[in-house]
Amino acid sequence: MSIRSITERGLPAWAQALPLAAVFLIFFVVPLVLTVMVSFWNYNEYEILPDFTARNYLEAFEGCAERLLAAELCTTLKTYLTTLRIAILAWLITLLLGFAIAYFLAFHVRSLTMQIVLFLLCTIPFWTSNVIRMISWIPLLGRNGLINQTLQQLHVIDQPLEWLLFSEFAVVLAFVHLYTLFMIVPIFNSMMRIDPALVEAARDCGASGWQTLANVVIPLSKPGIVIGSIFVLTIVMGDFVTIGVMGGQQIASVGKMINTQMGALQFPPAAAHAVILLVTVLFVVWGLTRLVDIRKEL
Amino acid sequence: MKKDFVVNQLSRRKVLKGAGSLALIAPEVITGFPAVHAQAPKVLRYLGTAVNQSADIAKKVKEDTGITIEYIPVTTDDVTRRVITQPNSYDVVDTEYFSLRKLIPSGNLLPMDGKKIKNFEKITPVFSKGELPSGKKIGDQGTAPKKVMFLEGQNSTKFAKTPTQWATLIPTVYNADTLGIRPDLIKRPIGQWKELLNPEFKGKAAILNIPSIGIMDAAMVVESMGEYKYPDKGNMTKPEIDRTMKVLTEAKKSGQFRAFWKDFNESVNLMASGETVIQSMWSPAVTAVKSKGIACVYQPLAEGYRAWAAGFALSKGINATPKADLAYEFVNWFLDGWAGAYLNRQGYYSAVLETAKASMEPYEWAFWMEGKAAEKDIKAPDGTLLEKAGSKRDGGSYDERMGSVACWNAVMDENDYMVKKWNEFIAA
Repeated sequence: MSIRSITERGLPAWAQALPLAAVFLIFFVVPLVLTVMVSFWNYNEYEILPDFTARNYLEAFEGCAERLLAAELCTTLKTYLTTLRIAILAWLITLLLGFAIAYFLAFHVRSLTMQIVLFLLCTIPFWTSNVIRMISWIPLLGRNGLINQTLQQLHVIDQPLEWLLFSEFAVVLAFVHLYTLFMIVPIFNSMMRIDPALVEAARDCGASGWQTLANVVIPLSKPGIVIGSIFVLTIVMGDFVTIGVMGGQQIASVGKMINTQMGALQFPPAAAHAVILLVTVLFVVWGLTRLVDIRKEL
Repeated sequence: MKKDFVVNQLSRRKVLKGAGSLALIAPEVITGFPAVHAQAPKVLRYLGTAVNQSADIAKKVKEDTGITIEYIPVTTDDVTRRVITQPNSYDVVDTEYFSLRKLIPSGNLLPMDGKKIKNFEKITPVFSKGELPSGKKIGDQGTAPKKVMFLEGQNSTKFAKTPTQWATLIPTVYNADTLGIRPDLIKRPIGQWKELLNPEFKGKAAILNIPSIGIMDAAMVVESMGEYKYPDKGNMTKPEIDRTMKVLTEAKKSGQFRAFWKDFNESVNLMASGETVIQSMWSPAVTAVKSKGIACVYQPLAEGYRAWAAGFALSKGINATPKADLAYEFVNWFLDGWAGAYLNRQGYYSAVLETAKASMEPYEWAFWMEGKAAEKDIKAPDGTLLEKAGSKRDGGSYDERMGSVACWNAVMDENDYMVKKWNEFIAA
């Protein structure tokens, strides 16, 4: 920044921006640069060696080309696909649920008090820790859990349903439970800004409920939808705790792979995977922002 | 494997709270020693997993020696990471023998002088010679402590083949691990490791998701199935790793495993809820399941146990400082009996058997160490009932259990390759 730009905008403005900028620099930019740097370093059993090598990236995709020719996926691609599949499933469901709940809160609940009360209800899943929330699923979904016992007593099934727990179903369920709120909040926020006159005007012009939804509400809620989607997708893509616990550690995720490597003191390959994951997620976010210009809409 | 938890119902939070409050009162403590460092409070920063880091031990150390212990409880992986990357962030570290092959080359540990350890000669020969006090040799595959226990000299980073004055770690605790089973659900005797992959238990088995340990349990299974005999299960070649992972991968694909676990509580939950009926397990986890009134046996198996051991080392950062003397004082206290008895009562083993025995009631010693039927109810250090009078310890006496050790937790030469294969296995 030049002296002129400082004086043009005024010193106070820069001073106001400084704390956040400093926080970003120290806790975001610096670690990120270090991660990228380390991803090009070499390593041995007990130390990381400053170097400039593509080893970590090459090894991440080792054998992928040959395997693809043989029409099968290498570990890295397979892991990314699983992670992506789970993320997309979780995203779709949280989006549908989140949109429906936000719509109900914004357009059907009339009193502000009631809106606040219902909104607070949505935060209940956040009252206990992540781990406890996940562990509580076991007595519900387990082989001898509540659901299986009930279904067996009702003679709906003879054998307990094994896929209820430690499966992709369980993982997606936990994600939906955890992250629907992240959809509700921004979508609700967008919906509250919609001028009720617009909805009335649509109805006056003869639009059906679905037409109003498709042509008025959804387009005007887009910023919220995109922001919520970014929240959910980025969190789920990097997760390894939920996938670990709910998937019985049997489902690979990129986060888990990085976690295992860190455990074995293999920081450079872990950093390389982190960079690859970051690029993947950035692509997704970039794609979403193509749909809506968030800055303009806000 | 060292447990990332606190035994006898002591939560990590409580430990932290305990350590925190001890730290708070520390500056007010008058040590009463007219030494040069009389002004400095006697404080040691103790890095380790929570297994030995109980508030009871800290309290007793304080009473006996005036030393305030500040616990830094982290996971096994983090202990290694801290020793290598932040050697000045602790004074004493409690780590596992298998980590030494990573830690010693970093040069961040200070070898301990055996001459300053009062009970050095009395440390069980399991560590120094790889044999029982009776002279019986025990399995030494993997990182057996005798291979990494001693250094050639004070400033050496080379492991000595025979005992020397310079110890890498002074042992604190060790045990022999095996499979845990639910006898009430299996309803037949289990005698071999291969039962873990028996299709009879399809969807009801589990192993640990800690690569270096999981693969050794798998190797025990492979040998038990008669598929292959490893020259050293703790140091496999690449083809051996491939072979082992293939067996595991096939089992996973056919749905043998209900889950993998990484955390102590996960293993307890899996077993207690009946999700699994046979799985690799740690001794206190079996106790935890039993204490819920659920039948669980730490099953001795024909092929033997996979053992692990941990011990104290000093940070290079405290070399030639008063802290080093404090650290020696603390380590000597630890071997003096009270702590050993405390560990033995949880089903672990202590390093100096003689002093621990003196600190235990004869009936306790008979139950835990001699494999005899309990004369009275057996209680944990905090008073909870562990075993009723008349019951026997699973696996029997110290000599029976430690004598049947087949291999030790290890870091392989091909660790890098193994971790890669393990990730493939999880993704399969």
